[in-house]
Amino acid sequence: MKFNTATSSPHFVRDDGITKLMLQVLLALIPGTAAMFYFFGWGILFNLMIAITVALATETVILKLRQRPVMNTLADLSALVTACLLALALPPLAPWWLTAIATIFALSLGKHLYGGLGFNPFNPAMVGYVVVMISFPREMTFWLLPSTVNPASLNFNETFNLMFFSQLPSTMSWDSISSATLLDGLKTHLSQDQLLSTATSSEALSGLFGRLAGIGWEWINLLFLAGGLWLYKTRTIDWRIPVSMLTSLALVSLIFYAVDSEHYLSPITHLLGGGIMLAAFFIATDPVSASTTPRGRLIYGAGIGLLVFVIRQWGGYPDGIAFAVLLMNMAAPLIDYYTVPAAFGNK
Amino acid sequence: MTTLSSFKGGLVLDGHKKMSASQPLQTAQLPEKLIIPIQQHIGHQPEIIVSVGEHVLKGQCIAKATDNISASIHASSSGIVTAIDEHPVAHPSGLNAVCISIDTDGKDEWRDRNPLKENYKQKDCTELLQIIRKAGVVGLGGATFPTAAKLKSCDQQQVETLIINGAECEPYITCDDILMRERADEIILGVQILQHLLKVKQTFIAIEDNKPEAIHILTQALKKNNSQNTDVISIPTRYPTGGEKQLIKIITGKEVPAKGRPADIGILCQNVATAASIYNAFYLDEPVISRIVTVTGNAINQAANFETLIGTPMSELIDQSKGYTKDVAGLVMGGPMMGFSLQSDNLPVTKACNCLLTKTVTETQTVDAKACIRCGECADVCPANLLPQQLYWYSSSKNFDRAQDLHLFDCIECGCCSTVCPSHIPLVRYYRFAKNEIWAQEKDREKSDIARQRHEFREARIAREKAAREEKLRQKKEMLAKKKAEEEGKADQTDPKKAAIEAALARVKAKKESAAEKPKNTDNLTEQQQQKINEADQRRENNKTKTEDAKQ
Repeated sequence: MKFNTATSSPHFVRDDGITKLMLQVLLALIPGTAAMFYFFGWGILFNLMIAITVALATETVILKLRQRPVMNTLADLSALVTACLLALALPPLAPWWLTAIATIFALSLGKHLYGGLGFNPFNPAMVGYVVVMISFPREMTFWLLPSTVNPASLNFNETFNLMFFSQLPSTMSWDSISSATLLDGLKTHLSQDQLLSTATSSEALSGLFGRLAGIGWEWINLLFLAGGLWLYKTRTIDWRIPVSMLTSLALVSLIFYAVDSEHYLSPITHLLGGGIMLAAFFIATDPVSASTTPRGRLIYGAGIGLLVFVIRQWGGYPDGIAFAVLLMNMAAPLIDYYTVPAAFGNK
Repeated sequence: MTTLSSFKGGLVLDGHKKMSASQPLQTAQLPEKLIIPIQQHIGHQPEIIVSVGEHVLKGQCIAKATDNISASIHASSSGIVTAIDEHPVAHPSGLNAVCISIDTDGKDEWRDRNPLKENYKQKDCTELLQIIRKAGVVGLGGATFPTAAKLKSCDQQQVETLIINGAECEPYITCDDILMRERADEIILGVQILQHLLKVKQTFIAIEDNKPEAIHILTQALKKNNSQNTDVISIPTRYPTGGEKQLIKIITGKEVPAKGRPADIGILCQNVATAASIYNAFYLDEPVISRIVTVTGNAINQAANFETLIGTPMSELIDQSKGYTKDVAGLVMGGPMMGFSLQSDNLPVTKACNCLLTKTVTETQTVDAKACIRCGECADVCPANLLPQQLYWYSSSKNFDRAQDLHLFDCIECGCCSTVCPSHIPLVRYYRFAKNEIWAQEKDREKSDIARQRHEFREARIAREKAAREEKLRQKKEMLAKKKAEEEGKADQTDPKKAAIEAALARVKAKKESAAEKPKNTDNLTEQQQQKINEADQRRENNKTKTEDAKQ
């Protein structure tokens, strides 16, 4: 009997693949996303919806232009993950076009310009984020008070009208709806050379503190952390990047906090503030743009943690995750070059 | 009991061993025709010492090892040599190779056997190695390196630890398992011969813990045969524990240097089946003419192990396993992780053939590879601690220098990386490609180096010969000139006759020269003739100007 010899060893490979990895990432986002929905309302879901629709459309168009198989590539779900991460990073009252522009840039400039999944040197979601961050600084502040302390929360219709037609409810003004995030507020106060103790007790900020860190944000971060731990448990992500990123941020903030607690935020505020857990477990761990050697990943993660601290403390933006990630993306090839592990028998 | 170390990476795989291990060991039927490839080992081809039509006995040497790194081949049964020609063999290349065909006579008649038995203890090392060499013993773990050569290389280096490899880490394969269960005493006695030969201080028989029965039986056999300083060690089931370097790391905690051999750190590994064939050589005076073959997989009706004569067509083993299932689509020699696809089952069983793995239609379907997302799972499972995704990147872009910087040649092609790759990239295939390209380039370089040397040598030789010739010529000329001068001196004095001849010759020469200057027919012209010539020239000139005008 004759046989085909086209296959070579190993003869059996895993039956799941990239699609399952991406699906697990999406599932792990659910708890944190639910918390965001709880605290910031319908805007979160609209953002997700806009980003997903635009992402799939953009990817389809580009794949057609590049003459690549469309359905096959869409099925890897990577565009969906990029869209979700980007949407969760954008303010919940951002106008629809802001999210759309960010998504188009993420997938075109951030991903397909370099050759699509696997070839992008930068995290696509962060590319999209930075584009709108620099281009539309005002719209990027459209956050609102967490629902638990917000006297004027918006319902479905009001949010829809605001985001798609810029129509405010008749009884409200922008100032009564939008609110600075805790990190944003603290930054403003600190930049005016106020002491932290005065800032935190000020009228504008006192209501923003929860049990551990920013109200609402502490829960959002803890739930993203839970999702991240599940990703680690299912071996979808490697522990090195999140652990080194959080450790470096905690350590460096602890040192400064210990020396001068009046000008530097506590490690807890840092770790549970802003998008840290989302970044640590879902964004920084994007394998394509991260460092790939074991030691390199530790350096890469630590670099992001350090840069986040530097930008938050001394930079021009309240949260510096996107810049920190992109800067370390740039450094990843160099890190990889210098951290090749010793092969077996070469010690 | 020693504490075990571990190696980085590796995979816990589904064993699929029960389907064949649960069946008793069978003896494959004597085939009507044996086709015995003469190259069944790594090293040099042995020399054929039988001719077509010759009657051979079972165990008779039919191809003799040419040197140390070669192995003899023996007739697996008695019969008549019917052909010595090329035949398809089990090889990844799918190429033919020289085989000796024997029509068996059914008598299975042995040559004379004079086993040494216990007397080996009185023999010295060289004699013992000679016996192993004559019996055609090769490493039966898969590499089929001539065992005598491996043992001999330990002459220079003191081996303190002997490791007997019964790990059998590849899924599906159970031939070593069944050998350990059925022939534990033979293995132990074979090991004792090795211990005597190498004078090792300690011996470990390593078996993966998914074979508790084999571990138990071998432990009993150790006690029964009074083996000293020998331990059976149960090692965790994790592919590729059976890899020589990985096994050494687990048991001793030492890493074999990347470009070195186990003997460099005082260790030698032998497979359990090799130990059993050493037993056969000493206690029965039987060379390697058979081996246990696992026939298994999801496309065979009854998986089992067969004691099979070397040269038996694989198709006969398939028949004795009640044939293929309907959805058979592939046949692999070896295990699923490192075996290679066979082009047909009409190939002879060789010393290297530990397993025939059948594959179903669904198992042969390949998934389209996607782009590498650098997830690093391959690096996590790599037992050689390499960066497979980087190696893939540089191999596929033919950046071979960088691939070698990343230790491409430390890759043992175990297949772990390809198995876990979520993008289904056939990584190992890229490494094989890169290695082959690099070898080919090196060969080309060697060839061109030799050609250049040869060219330079030739140039030098020609120059040398030319110089020698010129020197000789110069010497000859000098001598002639000398002679002439001497003779001329003599002539002036003594020979008027010669002078007269010379004068005559000079006259003739002068006459010839004047005759050579013939007058031209335009030399002495009359006036009319000159005029005619001038007119003709004038016409020619006019014509020329006319044609030039026309052109313009």
